[in-house]
Amino acid sequence: MDVNMEARRILAVSISKLYASRAQRGGLRLHRSLLLSLVMRSARDIYHSSSRDSEPHSGPSPPEEPMDTTSSVEPERTVSEPQPTSPSAQAATEEPEAEYERGASGDKENLSPAKQSRKRRGKTSAAPDFLPSKRARLEPGEERYAACCRSGHPESLTSLSLNRVISAF
Amino acid sequence: MAGPGADMQWCFSQVKGAIDDDVAEADIISTVEFNHTGELLATGDKGGRVVIFQQEIENKNLPQFRSEYNVYSTFQSHEPEFDYLKSLEIEEKINKIRWLPQKNAAQFLLSTNDKTIKLWKISERDKRPEGYNLKEEDGRYKDPNSITALRVPVLIPMDLMVEASPRRVFSNAHTYHINSISVNSDNETYLSADDLRINLWNLEITDRSFNIVDIKPTNMEELTEVITAAEFHPLHCNTLVYSSSKGTIRLCDMRESALCDKHSKLFEEPEDPSNRSFFSEIISSISDVKFSHNGRYMMTRDYLSVKVWDLNMENRPVETYQVHEYLRSKLCSLYENDCIFDKFECCWNGNDSVVMTGSYNNFFRMFERSQRRDVTLEASRENSKPLQVLKPRKVCAGGKRKKDEISVDSLDFNKKILHTAWHPQENIIAVATTNNLYIFQDKVN
Repeated sequence: MDVNMEARRILAVSISKLYASRAQRGGLRLHRSLLLSLVMRSARDIYHSSSRDSEPHSGPSPPEEPMDTTSSVEPERTVSEPQPTSPSAQAATEEPEAEYERGASGDKENLSPAKQSRKRRGKTSAAPDFLPSKRARLEPGEERYAACCRSGHPESLTSLSLNRVISAF
Repeated sequence: MAGPGADMQWCFSQVKGAIDDDVAEADIISTVEFNHTGELLATGDKGGRVVIFQQEIENKNLPQFRSEYNVYSTFQSHEPEFDYLKSLEIEEKINKIRWLPQKNAAQFLLSTNDKTIKLWKISERDKRPEGYNLKEEDGRYKDPNSITALRVPVLIPMDLMVEASPRRVFSNAHTYHINSISVNSDNETYLSADDLRINLWNLEITDRSFNIVDIKPTNMEELTEVITAAEFHPLHCNTLVYSSSKGTIRLCDMRESALCDKHSKLFEEPEDPSNRSFFSEIISSISDVKFSHNGRYMMTRDYLSVKVWDLNMENRPVETYQVHEYLRSKLCSLYENDCIFDKFECCWNGNDSVVMTGSYNNFFRMFERSQRRDVTLEASRENSKPLQVLKPRKVCAGGKRKKDEISVDSLDFNKKILHTAWHPQENIIAVATTNNLYIFQDKVN
């Protein structure tokens, strides 16, 4: 459980760093964002394996998950912390990804955070549950984890944000 | 040069910068670089300014020889800019300065911020013309009818004036943040590297550059590593290396193909599984790579260590030096206070026998390679009496703290030495604390 707590704490710290880096002068730093995401992934993996060991009901059936993950988007958005520049935690956590993509297309794109979040919402709601979507890039084990984490700690913002952050990376 | 590094007696020589503890952000030193002769020492700061110090060479034969570096030129290299397309501010902080070898009376250096590289010419003016035929002394033109004689202006001495002028501006070639620049041994080209790409420039041509390395994945979601530093080989104009956030170094030969995505050599040490932690990836990210002067070795700096690699051996470094191993158990706290992201640089001495790098608490470390000896020294105002010998410092990792030792928990992590430089020929070092530049020299026995 200790490792579990540690992993959760690191995840929370990482997420706040990710949010803070958006306000940094000079824009989002790719190297730093990458390192943050790697730490989050390690913490998530540890948390996943220790959660699995400690929670007996951690085995929901696979067909349920796409539904769960998708529907978790809606409640999470309303629960999310007030962000000065972004309307939802979803958009905020995906900002580095958006930043990557913005960088990817060079100077041609001119996407504002608002536009980004609109784009993403459209994608997730448009894609039927049974079809592979951008969100479903997780390996089978990870999908299961996302759902069980959420079910285990329904009230925690950290775990809710966790889902989006995990799927964002 | 005097004896082995750790046997050297380092003395305080000078300190530059404000004394007060309240550090203005613009004054934070972001890069330090000696020129090829060591006569000039350039620093760049977060405010976009470059300050160049010049070594005073008189008194060299006196026993108590003290090299004095005095301000030679100060100029504003970069200004803050705004990228309107991406709604991003571009910081004016000088990331790197690299000197060009001197070709004529003027000095040239390249300075870069996150997006733009500039070539600066620093020239001296110590004479001015006087006695114009058609102009008054103040520059006004004389009435032509009043001119009755012909005379030629003469050059008369004046107080030395050092002028810096931007000769080239190399911009719009980097989507990501520039972390390195390196001048080629051919003195005609140089490279600039950002997180994902390395570009090759001709010093004369500003409107185009060649992309020689591109590690950007087609799908950015598959991004696993970025370029952290790059450098040209000091002797072979076709060879360059770049380091990655994964702790690997790739050596590329530009003769092989126009795009050097395929490396000629890959230097990587397998990770020690017993050291695995949440932060293994962060601490293995290489923050600096430097070729030795003789071009046979290269040195890399990651968060906890300095490694020396033989260019002929890819599977492991030939030497590994632990800079501050006592921090390994503190990685979580260092992650929380952001120190784990600090990018330390490293440098060689002139004959490649000693390597140096910085640490926290204003400590810096020197590792003498052949004798396997190391020393920890401190840059502080308390030890700044002229020619005061620096006392070696010791950090107590745990257990009983001896007298004069410092415990890990009392280290000041806000006092970090990220940038150090070693004079190319003499035992003179420049060490940058947050906003002060310390110059130390070896006591000549």
